[in-house]
Amino acid sequence: MTGPGAKGGPLLRASGITKFYGDRVGCRDIGFELWPGEVLAIVGESGSGKTTLLNCLATRVVPTAGVIEYRMRDGRMRDLHALSDAERRLLMRTDWGFVHQNPIDGLRMTVSAGGNVGERLMAVGERHYGHIRETATDWLGRVEIAADRVDDDPRSFSGGMRQRLQIARNLVTGPRLVFMDEPTGGLDVSVQARLLDLLRGLVADLGLSAIVVTHDLAVARLLSHRMLVMKGGEVIEEGLTDQVLDDPQAAYTQLLVSSILQV
Amino acid sequence: MKLPRLELFDVAKSFTLHLQGGLRLPVIANVSFAAAAGECVVLGGPSGAGKSSILKMVYGNYRCERGEILVHADTGTVDIVTAAPREIIELRRTTLGYVSQFLRVIPRVSTLDLVKEPLIEEGADEAAAEARAGELLAALNVPARLWRLPPATFSGGEQQRVNIARGFAAERPILLLDEPTASLDAANRDAVVRLIDEKKAAGTAIVGIFHDADVRDRVADVVVDVATFAAEMAA
Repeated sequence: MTGPGAKGGPLLRASGITKFYGDRVGCRDIGFELWPGEVLAIVGESGSGKTTLLNCLATRVVPTAGVIEYRMRDGRMRDLHALSDAERRLLMRTDWGFVHQNPIDGLRMTVSAGGNVGERLMAVGERHYGHIRETATDWLGRVEIAADRVDDDPRSFSGGMRQRLQIARNLVTGPRLVFMDEPTGGLDVSVQARLLDLLRGLVADLGLSAIVVTHDLAVARLLSHRMLVMKGGEVIEEGLTDQVLDDPQAAYTQLLVSSILQV
Repeated sequence: MKLPRLELFDVAKSFTLHLQGGLRLPVIANVSFAAAAGECVVLGGPSGAGKSSILKMVYGNYRCERGEILVHADTGTVDIVTAAPREIIELRRTTLGYVSQFLRVIPRVSTLDLVKEPLIEEGADEAAAEARAGELLAALNVPARLWRLPPATFSGGEQQRVNIARGFAAERPILLLDEPTASLDAANRDAVVRLIDEKKAAGTAIVGIFHDADVRDRVADVVVDVATFAAEMAA
């Protein structure tokens, strides 16, 4: 298993990431490194800029200033926003995953479950129908979707099943980095627990790196190694996840941690 | 002279409570001690003296305000106080073990898998990890019929024994024990003492907190009185 601390340098390096929407600050002057096998949580209230930052990192939004470098499979660090459109599309299809809060944004709702997973494989050049179906069925099993649902389309799936399908679709190509935007948002708690456990296992087994945006500190505790706390578009505290949660330094982080409801 | 595995020099910690008008709570200051391979250092002193805070600083769970916490790992010496998060994560995977006061239960993860996890992290194969996990659970009298269940519904004592099995499963050169015997009966306290003796014989450096005087006397090579590190209230 490739755990955190792998040698060879960071997988992703962000420096001075700033995004303005007109006069309004989305996020300002954010820098960090993500190393292979690390899971980074970005936490904060709605409006704190965490989704803006995620979208800048995943090249879904062009930052006003700042540089994001990514280590390509050949080992070279490349400036993401200087890649050609074709290079960026290839990266997003093969080496990255993006799990949306709402599965509708990440799935093709009129294509079967097997097709949703198989489509990503076809995009990386797999052509053999038997292999595609076999791999797709295997992945549906890994996300706990029964084999007899492979030909159903996700409109007939529950919210939790849709989210698991979206995860399978993202992981089937063996990405090295997965972005997740509130992956458990909008799900019942029991469904959340199952999804979190599944994600935690998959991330560890595959040695993935991940950047997870969440407003739920319990999700961050369970999934992430490190944490950035955002407020008003800026990172106000960062560190090991358990250190930030057990010994928060900033006034705002102390408020967040003390606001967690105990059951 | 035995090889020190862990050394603390002049370590200090206080909390600043921003929600209480910036109230500053000093916890400890001038903490210095060392733990050698095969040695068990027991932190003594009354409740609230800062014993757990010291263990949490060593594990990187709490930030340290001042001083040095040197971990002599196989790959070199790391100062926890200034280490980058990923260096601490790596140390936890290879060098630092920790048994907390309470088990943090993860939904749906079985007892056996929880205990196996640190072994798998160290690179043990599945069968060896499962065998070792079973040995530890049996030694701590956790009934085999519970091993496939997540510990969420177990009693406090059972959860704590699962927690101990998990902590002792790993072959980390440094082991931190935060009151592992607190909620255990005499037979299970004896089991924990045996596990500690095994770890010492294998060269593990142990720093522990034990409220039970009997256990403390049986395992301690050195007792460090944490009350002597009491921080002065800021004037």
